[in-house]
Amino acid sequence: MAGVPSRANLPPLTLHVPEPKFRPGDPVDFAEVDVPPAGSARRPDTAEDARNFTDLAYTLVRVLDDEGRAVGPWDPKLSADQLRRMLRAMVTLRAFDDRMFRAQRQGKTSFYMKATGEEAVAVPQAFALDRDDMCFPSYRQQGLLIARGYPLVEMMNQIYSNKGDKLQGKQLPIMYSAKDYGFFSISGNLATQFPQAVGWAMASAAKGDTRIAATWCGEGSTAEGDFHSACTFAAVYRAPCILNVVNNQWAISSFSGFAGAEATTFAARAVGYGIAGLRVDGNDALAVYAATQWAAERARTNQGPTLIEHFTYRAEGHSTSDDPSQYRSAGEPNAWPLGDPLKRLKDHLILLGEWDEERDAAQDKEVAEQVRAAQREAEKNGILGHGLHQPLDTLFEGVFEDMPWHLKEQQAQMLAEEEASGRPWARK
Amino acid sequence: MGAEMTEVAQDAPATTRMNMIQAINSALEVVMARDPDVIVMGEDVGYFGGVFRATAGLQKTFGKTRVFDTPITEIGIMGVAIGMGAYGLRPVPEIQFADYIYPALDQLVSEAARLRYRSAGEFTSPITIRSPYGGGIFGGQTHSQSPEGIFTHVSGIKTVIPSTPYDAKGLLIAAIEDNDPVLFLEPKRIYNGPFNGHWDRPAENWSKHPAGEVPTGYYTLPLGRAELVREGEAVTILCYGTMVHVVAGVVAEAGVDAEIIDLRTLVPLDIETIEASVKKTGRCMIVHEATRTSGFGAELSALVQERCFYHLEAPIERVTGFDTPYPHSLEWAYFPGPVRIGQALKKILKD
Repeated sequence: MAGVPSRANLPPLTLHVPEPKFRPGDPVDFAEVDVPPAGSARRPDTAEDARNFTDLAYTLVRVLDDEGRAVGPWDPKLSADQLRRMLRAMVTLRAFDDRMFRAQRQGKTSFYMKATGEEAVAVPQAFALDRDDMCFPSYRQQGLLIARGYPLVEMMNQIYSNKGDKLQGKQLPIMYSAKDYGFFSISGNLATQFPQAVGWAMASAAKGDTRIAATWCGEGSTAEGDFHSACTFAAVYRAPCILNVVNNQWAISSFSGFAGAEATTFAARAVGYGIAGLRVDGNDALAVYAATQWAAERARTNQGPTLIEHFTYRAEGHSTSDDPSQYRSAGEPNAWPLGDPLKRLKDHLILLGEWDEERDAAQDKEVAEQVRAAQREAEKNGILGHGLHQPLDTLFEGVFEDMPWHLKEQQAQMLAEEEASGRPWARK
Repeated sequence: MGAEMTEVAQDAPATTRMNMIQAINSALEVVMARDPDVIVMGEDVGYFGGVFRATAGLQKTFGKTRVFDTPITEIGIMGVAIGMGAYGLRPVPEIQFADYIYPALDQLVSEAARLRYRSAGEFTSPITIRSPYGGGIFGGQTHSQSPEGIFTHVSGIKTVIPSTPYDAKGLLIAAIEDNDPVLFLEPKRIYNGPFNGHWDRPAENWSKHPAGEVPTGYYTLPLGRAELVREGEAVTILCYGTMVHVVAGVVAEAGVDAEIIDLRTLVPLDIETIEASVKKTGRCMIVHEATRTSGFGAELSALVQERCFYHLEAPIERVTGFDTPYPHSLEWAYFPGPVRIGQALKKILKD
């Protein structure tokens, strides 16, 4: 019977339900987060057997120190021009996010997701990968598109589901698809892209291609079966791919403990599968770049997959539908011990004498204007809910390559229904 | 059957006797030889050639990068196949038993089926999932199910079920060449021979059946086209897979002038053939082995009612498996066999 101990002579069992350190109103102190000194992690040769550096799954690969110097074996030694381009893409990403968040609040679209605080994940990775390597992103890697020069107007057209939207308004805002930019269609279901990326990489290897695949998921969705199936397949066939886990501490309101973070790191999942694992300071653009470049070289030389945990922090809500003040302390974002990724890269450039506050302020202004101009351009194509942006017929296009009779029938029914409704957007 | 053939290789040495497994094997071999992008993957399909031998010899012929064993994770098999399809390959994953397809449901339903739509055609899933299904082999709960109705309910997937070696080969090649995801369910009870439902009589093989004569070369049968198995005037019977043969046996024994339609493709459905037949006979019976509630028979029944109501002279009759798990020892009590079909036939003809 429930609640009655069956054997009174034994101690009762207890169920452990994880609880985050801080809830709304709590003062925040991240002293327990272990942050090893920059430069302290070793950098194995890319041909090294994964079994020989499992320690790297439990530390943090860090390049930028507290003074903004690049130190240690993982320093990718990028040129000042490369650093400035990377900074500009990260600044653009943040400006774009702010603009689109506001557009959602103004009722111009239904939904948006920011990458604030995580700009050093996707952007430096796009710079470290080859332009034609295939990316299978989750929903917070818009930095890949921005870094690869995908037109901001196209992104906004998709966000507005307007008549310029190449996806014909069929997908939720920010679920981009950009094949020509090596960017796979974002699903919205969690971690499904993981085995797909591995399959793409296996196909590339089977065909003797030279391109590799990269994929991303959050720490929360590493609990999905897809993640584990992907790791097994990647390990078994030594698939040329990079499996990125963006550990931003929060999966909507569930802290990383509900994905297993109390017990071990996410990079340590690699150890169990026998694949290369790195745990990286995800707010350190240079460390992320270096880790990605290293993993890409392993993949490209048939050393197989690498799992990279990007240790970072989701500075804002999960999405425009989320209110993090309801479940976590407002002090967390500012107390996060790894700092702001933009500021860290900027400080580094200034320390090198390759950048200064005036240029930075001018760039901020310039980028903000660029984003505003893109927005004006995109809004000429319409915003969500203001009129019909796609011909009604497109509702039935693309279910199959050729439309079967039952869809043709339903399409005719819909068109008749629109005629009968007398609505202003009857067939265009 | 010859009229259905859309293309026959000119130099093919005509035909030979095949059972359904050999016909499927032949389809894979023929299509892999024609298209280097076709790959076969699944549990035990490689060196061993599949637990039913459907992929026997393919790895030897085409090599390990085109025919390979996989880890035991259906969600992984499906996800990896989707990624390979996105790369430009034409994967033919095998799910060892249709009962094991459920772990792959999300990848199949939310990913493969929707990829073309959600990317407005940028990415597609030209995948054919082969999977043995159905009971009558003492497979118990987990080797006997008929899950077709779950997939016909999903937009973006085609569902194909052959009932003969000849159809299996032609339909499988067409499915593989199709640019949309196709679920190709193989009725394993009739892999080795047609089955009239009399489990207590000696088993037959395909050697005497006309559709056991199969071209050795390339040919396709169009998806979405039903086959008129028997012309008749008294009643239309809609069926597919194993049940085509069980129904044919019952009709022959009862001496009823029934029109038997083998659907062959459930989605897209050959509604014209169904409609014409029911309007002619005025009666419609639907037979499937799957559980009854919300089964594909319910959809068929609704369609016939919507389109042929004023021609119907009797209520539509469904003959199905029961809404229980597929039992082991009592499988012939579950199976919609000659008695259940015969009684339904009497009922619908009397009304």
